[in-house]
Amino acid sequence: MLEKGALAPDFELNATPDQKIKLKDFRGKNVILAFYPADWSPVCSDQMALYNEMLKYFNKYDAQIFGISVDSVWCHLAFSGDRKLHFPLLADFEPKGKVSKAYGVYDEQIGESKRALFVINKEGKIAWNYLSPTAVNPGADGILDALEELSKK
Amino acid sequence: MSTLKPEVSAKDHVEGGKSASIEIVEFGDYQCPYCGDAFPLIQEIQDTFGDQIKFVFRNFPLQEVHQYALSAALAAEAAALQGKFWEMHDALYENQHRIGDDLFIELAKTIGLDLDKFKKDAVSVEIQQRIDDDFESGIRSGVNGTPSFYVNGTKFDGDASNLYQMLKESTA
Repeated sequence: MLEKGALAPDFELNATPDQKIKLKDFRGKNVILAFYPADWSPVCSDQMALYNEMLKYFNKYDAQIFGISVDSVWCHLAFSGDRKLHFPLLADFEPKGKVSKAYGVYDEQIGESKRALFVINKEGKIAWNYLSPTAVNPGADGILDALEELSKK
Repeated sequence: MSTLKPEVSAKDHVEGGKSASIEIVEFGDYQCPYCGDAFPLIQEIQDTFGDQIKFVFRNFPLQEVHQYALSAALAAEAAALQGKFWEMHDALYENQHRIGDDLFIELAKTIGLDLDKFKKDAVSVEIQQRIDDDFESGIRSGVNGTPSFYVNGTKFDGDASNLYQMLKESTA
């Protein structure tokens, strides 16, 4: 897993079939990357559903959140529509898991991203990271603490 | 390990023994089926342990997932202003299968609220703020889904039946 202080590897991933997101376009903004194993986990304890309720708190800290998994854009589109998500899910689909690998959070055995969080500061460096046990939704307290820390600087 | 922030205070809805040695805080959503499943178990825990337990409920409505989660929370908080939070809280979970705007009014009548005041309070800024504060407290405390439980200020890793089991073992 990439360490605090490292430059966050740039990437370009599809958010929808015809929209790509480039990390470096978000310089000057805080960025939250939430790697997760797969779309369609149970609703009430779903990590993406939780973040979806929290967008106004992320906005307050000038932060943009992206979910990233190896699911395809079409799967993301269906999942995102079903759960009414208001932030982009990125498809680390081809080559499979390339970005997850670059961040050191790819599970080779299962072939999915691990459940890992990164907060990237406005200069594009990793300010905070967290690797959660795959079965446990890590919540958002760590993200908010990290953003709060950044806002003090 | 996630801890409860802020700690339980006079602002909270508290049921049970004031000086109880075990304090349970639930972050819950009235439309969440898992919270609905937890409700009878919490009641059983309260029946079993009586004044040894202090039970606190904080709102964690997942509004994007559950259409009526927020309005149900508003209804319970509006009832609280007439001293009937727990009556509404219990009635909402007992009738969760038919949650909706009609139900809130029906329950308000059943538990004997002043309806005009109830309707006015349910849309007030103060009550909305209180629910927002509860939600933020949940996020800060590491709530990762509903229901989430805290026992004596520390996040409990499990559901209501695990909680019941743990209490039985620790008080045996």
